[in-house]
Amino acid sequence: MKPRRNEIWSLYQKEISDNKYYFARSCIRQNFFPAAENLYLKILRNELEKDIFDDPRQTSCTGIAYHSGLIPMETIMTVVARQFALMNEAGYENFVVSCVTSFGIYVEMLETWKHFPETEKKTREALLRATGKSFNIPKNIVHASDIIYKYRKEIAAKSRYRLTNVLTGEPLKVVDHIGCHYAKIFPSHGIGGAEYPYVLAGLIDDWGGVQIDYPERRHCCGFGFRQYLLKSNRGYSLTNSKKKFDSMAPYKPDLIIANCPGCTFFLDRWQYVLAEQENITYGQGGHGIPVLTYEELAGLLLGYDPWDIGLQTHQVQSEPLLDKLGIIYDTSKKYSGLNGEELKTPEKIFTLKQ
Amino acid sequence: MARLYEQLDKDVRYKEGMKACMNCGVCTAICPAAEVSDYDPRRILNIVQERDEYALEELLKGDEIWRCGECLSCKTRCPRGNTPCYVIQALRGLSIETGFFIESEQGRKQLAIKRTVGDDILKYGYCIYIDEVDNETYPEQGPVWKWIRENRKSFLKRMGTSYGEMKAGTLRITAKESLEDLKRIFEETGGTARFEKIEKYSEARAKEMSKEFSHGKDEYWRSLYNE
Repeated sequence: MKPRRNEIWSLYQKEISDNKYYFARSCIRQNFFPAAENLYLKILRNELEKDIFDDPRQTSCTGIAYHSGLIPMETIMTVVARQFALMNEAGYENFVVSCVTSFGIYVEMLETWKHFPETEKKTREALLRATGKSFNIPKNIVHASDIIYKYRKEIAAKSRYRLTNVLTGEPLKVVDHIGCHYAKIFPSHGIGGAEYPYVLAGLIDDWGGVQIDYPERRHCCGFGFRQYLLKSNRGYSLTNSKKKFDSMAPYKPDLIIANCPGCTFFLDRWQYVLAEQENITYGQGGHGIPVLTYEELAGLLLGYDPWDIGLQTHQVQSEPLLDKLGIIYDTSKKYSGLNGEELKTPEKIFTLKQ
Repeated sequence: MARLYEQLDKDVRYKEGMKACMNCGVCTAICPAAEVSDYDPRRILNIVQERDEYALEELLKGDEIWRCGECLSCKTRCPRGNTPCYVIQALRGLSIETGFFIESEQGRKQLAIKRTVGDDILKYGYCIYIDEVDNETYPEQGPVWKWIRENRKSFLKRMGTSYGEMKAGTLRITAKESLEDLKRIFEETGGTARFEKIEKYSEARAKEMSKEFSHGKDEYWRSLYNE
């Protein structure tokens, strides 16, 4: 029987290994959401009891430079090969990628080697000459959000909170935003494929919320790589994010979740810019719509302190969401440093309510 | 110099991305860049598949190939299995290799990206690093980012990062051995030569434009980045 439209995602499934992962970090996440990756590792190790290795020898995949037209394909291919070599040396076979751009890069290089075997041969030779290393292809390669999806029911079972508005008893309305490179390049590598990705929608369904299916749901956040990286071109990025906000606003979302570091960043920061430049706010009562990563949401529901998992590092603040979830928080801890060191608070902003 | 199509034919992204375009325009319809700028992937694929050396050279010298945002939405939707973005990637590479990138306003901006993301990779091991991302260059970062940077020694420790430390973890100092590996990979695979080419052509153009050219965020860099 042909599946109904809201079940088409189930045709696209992929193997997600169940333990012993090698973790590849993200350039953007480390900087702009500095607690997110550590929270991810904590959830996997402490809540799900998984073995995940964090290698100090790893580097960027260089994907941002590659997609900006800056470096040759041979260069990024060899950097990718070095990451695989490091995984082999550490004794792991399952590669977990923190960044969606990187995930697309790793899959693309593997596919290129499959379709153009001479490129794999050249890469092996270049890696050996440059570093003395050799590599085996990973047994399994997934994005970090795939593992949270795989164990979403286990996380739900351990959670202290649900995606329910405690003030009204209604489920929270959640926008899921999937990074373009998660499945648009290689649909078979994404849960649900490119048209009906379910990797975050599955979290919403199992954690008690409702999905918002708005017209521009699959539109790019507008990173554009070189378009954002240049101040002169940055309007490209802002315009695309605005298109999404305008499209989702009538559905009054309580929250946006994203699986791509860049998307999380842009959907957060462009709300601040639109508020300050255009006097437009998209949340309720002059607030923005909080934009969380999948592990930040998991962490909140599991009962982690919002200020220990770095929610204050977002420009759109999350207190309205915390109030709806019924999470008690101590405002005095929000902007403190190590061991409770008192730090001055960030400068006030004018339009976007903090 | 080998004829342009001879060079383009060697690029696997061109082979994979350009099969047989029937010019339906779905790529342009779905493209976020086409919606907001003077960019038309359908037109570009049509030019490329005509195999006209002169027309190809004009593309390589123009702004249009630099307007793609590389979201790759075009790959999902093309009914013929083409990937216009892969063709763009191959064209951008060829534009730099031939030096034609310096002829267009957008192409010249590659120097600004080389001196931020490109140099950061070899200095920090990552495309972006907090110490280099100031609010003047990235004003949309807002006051929260300014606050994080001003308090990063204490606050990033509270966030459990390894900022400033030689150990595993977020924002750690990347070990010298790893940076050396990256440097040798760049040298071995043409990454370093690409960077040098961008600097060399840019220096000549800056001289013609009477802009100060040295390193980092010099006058020429500022004009490319901001204007």
